[in-house]
This record gives sequence, structure tokens and C-alpha cells, in this order.
Amino acid sequence: MSRVTRFAGRDPGPAARVAGFVGHLRDNGMRLGVAEAATALDALNTLSATSADDARRALRAVCTGCKEEAEQFDALFDSYWMDAGRVRRKVVPSKSSSNSDDVHSSRDADGREASAAGSATAPDTGNGEADSDGTGKLIATDVRNLSRKDLRDLVRPDEVAEAEAVARRLGAALRDRRSRRRIAARKGDRLHFRKIIRASLATGGEPLRLLRKRRPDRTRKIVALCDVSGSMTVYAQVFLAFLAGLLRADTAADAYLFHTRLVRITEALRDKDAMRAIGRMSLMADGFGGGSKIGPSLGLFAETYARRFVDGRSVVLILSDGYDTEHPEHIDAALAKLRKRGCKIIWLNPLKGWTDYAPVAEGMAAALPHLDLFKAANTLDDFAALERELEAL
Amino acid sequence: MIWTDLQSTLGRAGYVASDDLAVALQLALSLGRPLLLEGAAGVGKTEVARTLAATRETRLIRLQCYEGLDAAQAIYEWNYQRQLLAIRASAEDGETGKAVEDRIFSREFLLERPLLAAISQDTPPVLLIDEIDRADEEFEAYLLEILSDFQISIPELGTITAKSRPIVILTSNGTRDLSDALRRRCLYTYVNYPTRETEVAILKARCPEIEAKLAAQIVGFVQKLREEELEKTPGVAEMLDFAAALMGLGIADLTSDPATLQATLTTLLKTQTDQAQITPEVAGRIAGRAA
Repeated sequence: MSRVTRFAGRDPGPAARVAGFVGHLRDNGMRLGVAEAATALDALNTLSATSADDARRALRAVCTGCKEEAEQFDALFDSYWMDAGRVRRKVVPSKSSSNSDDVHSSRDADGREASAAGSATAPDTGNGEADSDGTGKLIATDVRNLSRKDLRDLVRPDEVAEAEAVARRLGAALRDRRSRRRIAARKGDRLHFRKIIRASLATGGEPLRLLRKRRPDRTRKIVALCDVSGSMTVYAQVFLAFLAGLLRADTAADAYLFHTRLVRITEALRDKDAMRAIGRMSLMADGFGGGSKIGPSLGLFAETYARRFVDGRSVVLILSDGYDTEHPEHIDAALAKLRKRGCKIIWLNPLKGWTDYAPVAEGMAAALPHLDLFKAANTLDDFAALERELEAL
Repeated sequence: MIWTDLQSTLGRAGYVASDDLAVALQLALSLGRPLLLEGAAGVGKTEVARTLAATRETRLIRLQCYEGLDAAQAIYEWNYQRQLLAIRASAEDGETGKAVEDRIFSREFLLERPLLAAISQDTPPVLLIDEIDRADEEFEAYLLEILSDFQISIPELGTITAKSRPIVILTSNGTRDLSDALRRRCLYTYVNYPTRETEVAILKARCPEIEAKLAAQIVGFVQKLREEELEKTPGVAEMLDFAAALMGLGIADLTSDPATLQATLTTLLKTQTDQAQITPEVAGRIAGRAA
């Protein structure tokens, strides 16, 4: 993909350059139309912005629409107008200085290119980067795995379709039918007297229109957090298919991946093309199959995203084996914080399906008191079997 | 620079706006676009609308959103009681049915709710739509028509177009995602917690009689407190309450009286766990660093 990431000298005038800038922002995921380009020009005109800072502020007000975009904006502005970008090169633009979790990058936090360092056959010294995933590895590793996996190799389209059906049934099972309050509805089981009396005022006190009310189906929002650390690789296929299916079936659902970092993948998975969605997810799951920091990831979730997306009607679904490299107190504190938001917490642990499994891993033991449901899940059938449990919740 | 004028006008009225906010406000005024302000609670989103209305000497019309807000409460409703009385009265006067109908479906019998009131003012008012994220998504759809065309259709009366374009400010705490359609129609600014200098300026603007040393201490203390892991981070409004409490108690130095400091923390910490977390020792340490 060839992208213009700064204005070209041959552009005929300011209008073309601003249009180019709006195009540049659009390439970087901001949803801007033609009208925004016109508004941007208007804005610059009315401010008669002569200094770069004025122009930056004006364009930020016009072109951004949420906090994440506003944070991203400065880097994009610099790359286009301040000569920090490139003209027609096959490079993803913008300096990778954004702190947003949504932004995936192939660089380390300190800006080094994240390519596998060291020799492929050298043993893991414990402070370097793990070279690859071992087989049958069930211990938590505390290093990031740098061999990037394409998740498309793991997930097949028919599985996504199957998972979609399962997820749809789960969503239906989670629908809370116990809502006490009735709300106005066109086809309700009872008369809505307050509304009838109110409406009858318009017809001289004669209740001509009979309005009805019913108990609404309160849909519960599913928020899924999936562990993709090394020890979970074996189960990733099922879980990722489930996530993909869940987001396609339920428009209110929300999904995250975590290993040593937490990434929100909801936007990526909403892509119309199922396989492309998984492709986008695999770009975001950079470091997939590496170490696991469950506690800090959940803690970060509880403090940031949960404030926006989790409420009393949410069900938080954690898909993890509970092998954590950090202290179990982190998990304890994070789940306690999450609980306070009034949500239900379900932990699906693939290991629980094993005979003689006991939740002895410290992380798992710390989590248990906070859970509403602790179940096994290895296959899609297991997910389907959850339906009844969820109904009882 | 026109926006610096606006910034200093707001400053004189007691609102210290950041450069970003001032530019966005200026654009909202000159382009006639709604301005969407997002940010944590207590950073002064609502206050900016109030100050703007005060400096422009126009009315502030406020619509507080909540779950279940519907058109009858936000846009207009017929005054049924008066209509009924009018019908009764006209029956005795022998008025014809057609005449009565025309009369009772006139503006006289219409109860104006905030949105209708906002577009039927002679001088452009400031319309504050507060906490839009609390309203339902259906309500956002009503808003879209009004925000883009500034007109309201009433079946019995026809379409009412705006006499003057109100200055619209929407605020959101980010408890849910707003629709793209709404975001697209608005200019956007994320309001952050103010920097130390800005916050001192705010405190001095609001409490002119405060001593410079205490002001610096209070702001330093609150800024440090924001770095602690709290459930509910204190905003600017809390900081002002805190300052008022300290001044009311006649305290000139934060570090001098730990017991009183702890007592006044009730103005800053609003949950039980937060209060438990900031023990007198912690408060003393923070106050010591801030001093």
C-alpha cells in the first residue's frame, strides 16, 4: 500500500494540501468525509491561522472525534506538515509515539524494531526474548515471544461460522428476563395506565388509545478477555474462533487479547470479512504466544476500558489458564475492582477439563473468590454447553 | 488572534481555558458548529458553557440528559390541560370547531422544552446538552436533526426553523461510545486535567483573596493526589471546594495541622476506599512534597 504521508511540493495550493491531510488521516483510521475537508479549510480561514500551533489546534478540533484520535493526532500532524513523514513510500506513517493500546506496532516500547534478536538455537536465558513457542509448555514465561504468528493459520472460516452460532445462543441465554420494571411497548402484555391517562388528555379525557407495556429483555453485554500467552497457544484456535464469532453475532460485545499487554480487538474483529478480521487481529496480537501478565493486564482493563464499557449488565468472560508470571495479588486486586462495577465474572479455564485438575496455580487460586462461574472450556462444544449455566446466572 | 481575545474574555469572567479549548470554542462560534467536550468529571466542561453565556450576556439553556429522556421532555409537549380548558370555555362561547382547533394548536398552547426554547430565542443562546452519553441512542437521533438543520417538525404546526442559531455545547463523560454520526457533526475537544500553572490561575480567579503560597500548596497537593491510585480522581471543582474549606478554617499552611488537613480531605475523596487509602501519613507525605 502506497501512502502519502506528507504534503508533496507539487500540490497546487493550500486546499489540495488540506485535502491531502484529510486523506492522510483517513488512511490512518479516522473516519472523515469530504465535508470534514471543507470544514477544515473553513476553520483555518476563520482563524486566519498563521502559526503552526493555531493550525494544529484548529484541525484537531475539526478532525478528531474521540480521545484516542486526539492523542494520535499530533504525531499524524507532524508527519504530514512537519516533514517527519515520507512521500510515497511503503511505510506505515506516523512516529510510533502513540500510547494507545489500540495501536499496534512492530516496535518495542523504547522504539527498537522488534525483530528476533540472538540466535535461534540458543537457550532461553531468561532475560532475553523467547525465540519460539515450545510444545507442551505449560509454564508461564516472562519474556515476549517475537515470532509473530499469523492467526489465520489457526482459525478456519467454517469454525468462525460455527462459533458465531454458538455465540449467538450464548447471547440469547444471557438475556436477563427478570427485569422488574415494565416499559412502554407497542405490543405489551399489560396496559400502561400512566401513559393512557396522559394520552387521554389529548382526547378530552377519553382513553381512546390504549398503550401497552411489557418487561423488556435486558440484553447483557459480553466482554471477553482472551489470554494468548505461550501456555495458551494450544487452545488459541478455539478461543479466537469463539471471539470472532461472538463479535459477529453480538453487536454489543467487546473483546480484548492479553499476553504481556492488553489490546482491544473489538474494532478489528468487526470487519465484514471474517478472515480479514482475524488477519487484523493477528497484527494486533503482536507478541502472541509469549509471556503472560494476567494480573497487570486485568488491572489495566479494570482501570481503563472497564470504566467505559463495563456496567451492571455486563458479563466479563475471561479465557485463561491462570498461569501468571506476576504476583497473584494483582489478579486479586484487579478482579475486586472489576466486581465493583457490578458485572458478573466468568472464568473459562481450558485446564479445568483435565482429570485431577485443581486450581492450585497461585493466580487461579487468587481469582476464585471473585468468580461467579468457573468452568472448563476446550472446544466449541464446551462453549455451547455453557448455555444452560449462563441461563441460571 | 481572535481566539486569544475569547480566551482573555473567559479569563476575566473567571474561566481559565486552555489554548486548545479556546481555539475549539472560537471555531464553534464562527463556524456555527456544535462543540463536543469530553473529559473526566470535574474538569470544567459544564462551567465553560455557563461562562460563555455570561460573557456573551445571553441565556444558558441547559438540557440534562438521563436514561429514558424522550422527546416530550427535551423538545416540546402540548399543554393538554390548557387545551381542555380552552375547549370547555369555547363551547360556552359558541366558537366553531375549526376556530377552536386552530387556536388550541398554536404556539400559545405549546410547552417549550429546552431544545425548542433554544431555537426560538431572538438572541442566540448557549445551549448546553449535558452528559449526552447518559441519554439513549434513540435520543441521539432526535438531536441529529436539530443539530444539523436547527429546525424542529411539529405535526400540528409544521416545521419551526431557528430564529437564531444557538451556540451548542455537548458534554460527555465517556460512559458509552457516542455514535459516529453525532461525532461527525461536532467539533471535538478532550478536556484534560489542568496543568499546575493553569490550575493555580483557576484557583486565583475563583478565590482572589487566597495567598499565593497556600494556592501553590493546594494545587500541588491536588495534583499529587491525582497521581495516586484513586477510584475517583478529584477534579477542579473538588479542588476549589478544598481551597474554600481550608480558607474557611483559616489555615495558611497545609503541613501545619495534619488533623485538620485529614478532615478537609472529605472535599476531595468521595469514596470510602479512597478515604481509607489516603491515611494521615500518606496525606502528610503528599502535603510535604507539595510544599
